[in-house]
Amino acid sequence: MDLLNRALPLLGEGLVVTLFLGLTAFGIGCVAGLALALMRLSSARPLRTLAIAYVSVFRGTPMLVQILLIYFGLPQFGIIIEPIPSAVLALSLNAAGYLSENFRAGIVAVEKGQREAANAIGMSYWQALRRVILPQAVRMAMPSVGNRFIALMKDTSLASVITVVELTRVAERVGSATFRYMEMFMIVAVVYWMVNTVLSLGQESLERRMARAY
Amino acid sequence: MAAPEQERVASAAPRDDCQIRVEGVRKRFGKLEVLKDISLTVRRGEVVVIMGPSGSGKTTLIRCMNFLEEPDEGRVSVCGLEVQCGNEHRGRNRARRIRDIRLRAGMVFQQFNLFPHMTALGNVIEGPMTVRGMSRSQAVTLGERLLARVGLSDKRDEYPSRLSGGQKQRVAIARSLAMEPEVVLFDEPTSALDPELHEEVLQAMRELAREGMTMVVVTHEVRFAREVADRVLFMDGGVILEEAPPREFFSRPKHPRARAFLRLVEHAPAEASEGLTVVPSAVGAAVPLLPPSAGGLA
Repeated sequence: MDLLNRALPLLGEGLVVTLFLGLTAFGIGCVAGLALALMRLSSARPLRTLAIAYVSVFRGTPMLVQILLIYFGLPQFGIIIEPIPSAVLALSLNAAGYLSENFRAGIVAVEKGQREAANAIGMSYWQALRRVILPQAVRMAMPSVGNRFIALMKDTSLASVITVVELTRVAERVGSATFRYMEMFMIVAVVYWMVNTVLSLGQESLERRMARAY
Repeated sequence: MAAPEQERVASAAPRDDCQIRVEGVRKRFGKLEVLKDISLTVRRGEVVVIMGPSGSGKTTLIRCMNFLEEPDEGRVSVCGLEVQCGNEHRGRNRARRIRDIRLRAGMVFQQFNLFPHMTALGNVIEGPMTVRGMSRSQAVTLGERLLARVGLSDKRDEYPSRLSGGQKQRVAIARSLAMEPEVVLFDEPTSALDPELHEEVLQAMRELAREGMTMVVVTHEVRFAREVADRVLFMDGGVILEEAPPREFFSRPKHPRARAFLRLVEHAPAEASEGLTVVPSAVGAAVPLLPPSAGGLA
């Protein structure tokens, strides 16, 4: 109990950083992922190739290596990024790769007739996308996007290796100061679990609401 | 946004009698030549029915009229807006022109293609609001009037998943009319419907024809063609084999293949109407309540 009391303020700060990393990277990852998905589905070959290469690289290499490359590797070229921005960048780039595949699957799953109907009433590519295709695609991509969000929340713990003081780093620090590693890592494990439980409940209710709307 | 659009449109379209002109259109899918040098014209206020066995190219032809299908060769002009087909003519201006054509030529699909995430009213007002930039209140007034016209005022707030096939297709008709088109293209509008639902859709189409709308209709509905069409085109193998007023076409078809086709459509159960080859899987849906109507597959 004493340990918990001492660790609590630090845990609070760590949680804030963890949530910030996860939410920011998810937001940026969604926007970039959608752009990648559209490139992948575009009729312009260079755009397609670029998107395929991007996904291949960012899905095919470990996230930890990506983080280390950005934080320790880039300074060799004179590009120095602070720990938290480094972590956000790495997490976003990685999430974009995965999310683009989720969005692509959603877009492809929308019936061909939907775009035709949109075009037949005179909609442009972007109008059809915004009003007809994406609302349906997002619904279909929702379960896999939610899974990715939860995975991303856990991946934020990798930021601890580049000195970002998020939940995992807090546990490590307090653990090493008190030699109570077991308790500290159990505590942060529970905190991660609670965050993700809230997220999956949110996802479930969102999916239910969207299913009802049809 | 709406006003300048319409002004430009009005000045670009000369007021002649011809609404649709298709000249020398060819289209191939891979090795298969689906349209072989097709030419036809549709005059203002005319109802033209296109018939023919499946695979004859009739659906491709009607889809070439609003460029959902891009012809490989030839020229298509709708309401005075002419588009040259073929790769060498692609460009930005052309895309604009095709959108302008689509604003004048509405389309009703075999599979309805209603937007499932919008209510019946939402489907109807989507085009006027997004494409024409109409205000919501104006669009709603227009949408309610159109839903009333197809007899669906009470379904205004229902999502398509809660509508029957016939109701869906009537919403789709209202949706295409909401763009105030000069021509409506119907691509087998009753073929995906159970036989007892054909009549409500055909009724809406008859009324539209009575009001003087220019219509091109791909269908197997012989009775509809007899009553409403000004001309029937019979297609097979990517060419127009025969073209005649319905009375003449149905009583004295000249081409042997037209005769064979009509025998199947008029006297056989609906599964045979889809083509000269019998499709066994369609037998279940083959009880035509309305005698000459033809169910069947795409």
